[in-house]
Amino acid sequence: MSETSESSLVEATSISKRFGRDARPAVDRLDLRVRAGEVTGLVGPDGAGKTTLMRLLAGLLLADEGTLSVCGCDPQDQASELRGTISYMPQRFGLYEDLTVQENLDLYAELRGVTGKKREETFDRLLEFTALAPFTRRLAGKLSGGMKQKLGLACALVHRPRLMLLDEPSVGVDPISRRELWRMVYDLVDEGIGVVWSTAYLDEAERCASVLLLNEGQALYHGPPKELTARVAGRSFLAYDPNEPRRKILTEALRRPEIVDGVIQGSSVRLVVKEGEEPPQARELGTADTQIKPTPPRFEDAFVDLLGGAHKVESPLGEHRRETETSGDGGQILVEAHQLTKRFGDFTAADAITFEIHRGEIFGLLGPNGAGKSTTFKMMCGLLAPTAGSAKVAGCDLYRAGGAARSRLGYMAQKFSLYGDLSVWQNLRFFAGIYGVPRRRRRETIDRMIETFSLDEYLDSNSGELPLGFKQRLALACAVMHDPPVLFLDEPTSGVDPLTRRDFWSHINAMVERGVTVMVTTHFMDEAEYCDRIGLIYQGHVIAEGSPDELKDRVRGGERTEPTLEEAFIALVEEYDGGPTDAR
Amino acid sequence: MRDSGLKSAAPSFGSLRRVMGLVRKESLQIARDPSSYLIAGLLPLVLLFLFGYGVSLDLRRVEVGLVVEQATPETESLVAAFRNSPYFRVHLARHRQPFEDDLVAGRLKGVVVLASDFGDRLGAGETAPVQVIVDGSEPNTAGLVTFYVQGVWGTWVGEEALSRTGLAVRNVTPPISVEQRYWFNPELRSHNFLIPGSIAIIMSLIGTLLTALVVAREWERGTMEALMATPITRLEFLLGKLLPYFVMGMAAMGLAATAAVLLFDVPFRGSVLALVVVSAAFLLAMLPLGLLISTLTRNQFAASQAALISAFLPAFELSGFIFEIDSMPWVIRTITHVLPARYFVPCLQTLFLAGDVPQVLVPNTLALLAFATLLFGLLVRSTRLRLE
Repeated sequence: MSETSESSLVEATSISKRFGRDARPAVDRLDLRVRAGEVTGLVGPDGAGKTTLMRLLAGLLLADEGTLSVCGCDPQDQASELRGTISYMPQRFGLYEDLTVQENLDLYAELRGVTGKKREETFDRLLEFTALAPFTRRLAGKLSGGMKQKLGLACALVHRPRLMLLDEPSVGVDPISRRELWRMVYDLVDEGIGVVWSTAYLDEAERCASVLLLNEGQALYHGPPKELTARVAGRSFLAYDPNEPRRKILTEALRRPEIVDGVIQGSSVRLVVKEGEEPPQARELGTADTQIKPTPPRFEDAFVDLLGGAHKVESPLGEHRRETETSGDGGQILVEAHQLTKRFGDFTAADAITFEIHRGEIFGLLGPNGAGKSTTFKMMCGLLAPTAGSAKVAGCDLYRAGGAARSRLGYMAQKFSLYGDLSVWQNLRFFAGIYGVPRRRRRETIDRMIETFSLDEYLDSNSGELPLGFKQRLALACAVMHDPPVLFLDEPTSGVDPLTRRDFWSHINAMVERGVTVMVTTHFMDEAEYCDRIGLIYQGHVIAEGSPDELKDRVRGGERTEPTLEEAFIALVEEYDGGPTDAR
Repeated sequence: MRDSGLKSAAPSFGSLRRVMGLVRKESLQIARDPSSYLIAGLLPLVLLFLFGYGVSLDLRRVEVGLVVEQATPETESLVAAFRNSPYFRVHLARHRQPFEDDLVAGRLKGVVVLASDFGDRLGAGETAPVQVIVDGSEPNTAGLVTFYVQGVWGTWVGEEALSRTGLAVRNVTPPISVEQRYWFNPELRSHNFLIPGSIAIIMSLIGTLLTALVVAREWERGTMEALMATPITRLEFLLGKLLPYFVMGMAAMGLAATAAVLLFDVPFRGSVLALVVVSAAFLLAMLPLGLLISTLTRNQFAASQAALISAFLPAFELSGFIFEIDSMPWVIRTITHVLPARYFVPCLQTLFLAGDVPQVLVPNTLALLAFATLLFGLLVRSTRLRLE
């Protein structure tokens, strides 16, 4: 193929789309250009209009205004030609969960008219490409998240599209599967296919040749990610103090006007200063020993800067905690897993898992999909009885004194187990009731939660209709209503944008400062950086344990001079497998 | 498209391939979904058993109290007549008080009182020598009890008249109409009538309830979006949904009809061909209705509710299956005209009980086909291969 002159697959000029006459446009006068042989990223917070734009490109929605051409077709008049030349993988991958891997592939091959010898060749290639060959007879619903994603990709690739549209393909997928997916997508790109990839994960944006940064339907930036990152050059710093707790440094830093963003990164705090400002002095953040040194900027720094910086509201949650529980004593063990084992038939999902979490500590449970992480987490919540071993929460045995143990822990489930048809206030009242908040203190407790999480403007809205960030706040409010000393979070910020995630963690950090103990599972390595210690679970075992920096140190060397936590994760898992560790 | 000769041949072949791909997919899903077995396999049998054995418009062995205030040879003979009747289980007493309590408590369905002057009044030729007390809160049963008591009474009077000619029975009406009352509800009749009608209920369920779920399920699971992004057309999509359920509905009809004839001894006096044609016409009306509901609601729960209200309940109550349309108020009678089941039930009853009667089958089948055309048109119009 030598279409050198004009290889632009998508040409969008000032397209808009609104749902309902008075609503804010979901897509607002966007220009977009997607070139063949490149990955174009659609990046933005939840509700920014990424999915609407994807659907416009796939011809599933029609633009109200502007002109759009996809692969030379007009989506309005040439819908069927358009659909013949593109491939689209919607969120949740569009798979039939009650069909097998092979049956899903067969269906899409029939629909795309891929037959005979060509079909066999295609299937062989795709099954090898996705490593799904051993699982062709398994039902799609029984695959792990990563495998579903690969099958979704394979189904979209039964014909050779010119343009491939992937809508948030990496939500709920572990780092190893994510890396494999990127590898596959780069192979497609090398064949000249254009790829549009939407994501809320900013580390993925850095891997795209070009990004469209969306917020509230409008484009904030369209171009190579490096150029955007370059805008914050010289403004990113790492602050580290051997004696001061990092969370305290972060709180201190966020109070200063010249700081636009701050997050915890391992044992340091990553800070971004306003344009033209100098970084704060060591003493201003911590002690004379505090080291503040420049660090290379990353895309997320520029993104948060472009959106006007992190919301610098301090969580009032910390102040309300009982003052008796001061942090830092570190001695008392609040959560304990001892030789926890769970077998399903002859399959051992968790094998002698042992760890301890001290008071005021954030402990992360990490691991690939299907490694035993969820099983362990469920056993720690008392939702699943172990085959052997024991677990304690705040001194109470989870399986002998389950009720007492559970009353000492707050649990926030992955999908926010709220009642969508109840209003925010009704949800709060309900959870206050079931967590046994005494009747006379109920009113006061609910009011405090409303104030803490700024829920007052949504009190009468159905919680199912809340913006994601508020849903998450409400779920957290319901989980901490009974003032538990221990908090368990199951993938709390899956699919959530960086600003909302920062808000969420500012609440968590405030509670931890007051002595609350947190256990969290996540696929998201930036989130894992907030942890004091991480237990990496793989094949039912804890294969590594330590602080984020310790895990990075363990894999440092050779090509990896400055490994990220994600690289450490992948390297440690591959090391355990005994395979080669060729990080990209 | 200049070389249209080649191009038009290729797409039509591709089109067939796509439809067959969808049919195969849908069939696999049906085969793996336990609810399809329940609705298409088990439910028809359960319904047939219910209408075959459970629902009966006849009475048998009804508990009644018989109060004989003063025993005489006449009362002895009448008590024996009640005891011999297959419809009653008789309890005897001298006073009515205990039976009144039993009647209130529902232990007895009726009380027959032979007052102390029974013999005298009978002799004097008075009209109401027997008092019957029934529970008006169950009007159906009450009516039937009254009916059967009259039957026993009439028979007894006739027999008495023959055997004891000396007795003064001049003024007692001879029992001419008694036999008719026995014929009105013979045991088998209601079930011969109900079972063919229940086939319409079964096919309404498969045609509407099952299909109402399937498009909504595609929306809920996000697969609709993936399908829409492939080159399928509306018609291909709809055919892919309709064909498997058409086959399934016809199979369930075959099963139910066979069971009706073999297990329940319902006569079948029409032709199989006519049954197939009429059933196909009915299914062609019901399937688009189910898919239409599914397409409009995009939600399995709402779709199943809508299917029950728009197809199943009317088929049950307004089709003439249990309640006769002619005895409905005119408003409701008018409403029945927009229900496909109303045209299907008389066809089934005619085919099973009477035979191929063109005067019944032809107009009703044409009405069903008209519904099928209308609903399919609406379905095509409301099916969009875009998200808005």
